[in-house]
Amino acid sequence: MTTERYDRAPGDRSLLADEEEATSSGLLIYSIGMVLAVVLTAASFWVANTPLLWAPGIPLGLAVLAIAQMGVHVVFFLHITTGPDNTNNVLALAFGVLIVLLVIAGSLVIMANLNGSMMPPAELMDMQMKY
Amino acid sequence: MNVTVAIDAGETPPSASEAGPAPKRIVVAYGFWIFLLSDIVMFSALFAAYTVLRHATAGGPTGAELFNQGRVAIETACLLASSYTCGLMTLAVNSRRRLGTYVGALLTFALGAAFLTLEIREFADMIAQGASPQRSAFLSAFFTLVGCHGLHVAAGLIWLVVMMAQVATKGFRAPVLRRLQCFSLFWHALDIIWVGLFTVVYLMGVAS
Repeated sequence: MTTERYDRAPGDRSLLADEEEATSSGLLIYSIGMVLAVVLTAASFWVANTPLLWAPGIPLGLAVLAIAQMGVHVVFFLHITTGPDNTNNVLALAFGVLIVLLVIAGSLVIMANLNGSMMPPAELMDMQMKY
Repeated sequence: MNVTVAIDAGETPPSASEAGPAPKRIVVAYGFWIFLLSDIVMFSALFAAYTVLRHATAGGPTGAELFNQGRVAIETACLLASSYTCGLMTLAVNSRRRLGTYVGALLTFALGAAFLTLEIREFADMIAQGASPQRSAFLSAFFTLVGCHGLHVAAGLIWLVVMMAQVATKGFRAPVLRRLQCFSLFWHALDIIWVGLFTVVYLMGVAS
């Protein structure tokens, strides 16, 4: 066998997925991921609707739950690990995440700045004229 | 396990450059992984547009008035379950069980189609209420973002049907296996995008 040093294909649990993957352990991994995802989804819907939590903190809580669930999907459904045979997949993923963060955070910051320096609405302008 | 065998035998395993190019299965899946990441980058632009335009309703209906959380919860459950059955299909493919593959594909298709039906009905209801994409910047961004995800799901369903036809006629040949592998990556990635989507669009839209 000369395949030890190859990177693993994304989505495969082992290099020799074809021959060696045991179905029972694969089923267990998918099931753990499913249970975690269901719990996190239910928590998201609960957080969005409950009156018990401090309202301004809810969007942040939802974001944390969503990122956690994306992590669960990546680990348990796409089988991305930190192992040495996964370096290429993880690096590509990290670059994708970097671009996604730049696009979303950058757009939000720029547009908030633009909105902040827009002309105030008419009533406000009138007040400034009067005094 | 193979590494230990090689070390026991007293020979170091060849490095990747000595071993030659990686098998096609790895190269193809890695290329598809890059495509999926670029697709996610495209979605991030749509997400950014939606978040910026969220309050630009131009006097029209807001998200809190339009969105039905019960329906979104069912859609989410459908897509999550279809991701799970897609994983089961992958296991059946890897152990070359034809019946398991068909059953997994059938469940995946049914759940994905249920998701798509609910989403199309939601769009039709919104347009019937006068909340069409032309109404406000918020609704344009909403239909672009959610509709783009829906288009991906529709494409995935067609792809799944084509793959089952290939399994039926060609069997588990290497090219068919590679395509099945890419399909499962695609389907799981769609579910990841939906996680961001229901959080940002529906839950945050109702909460704030």
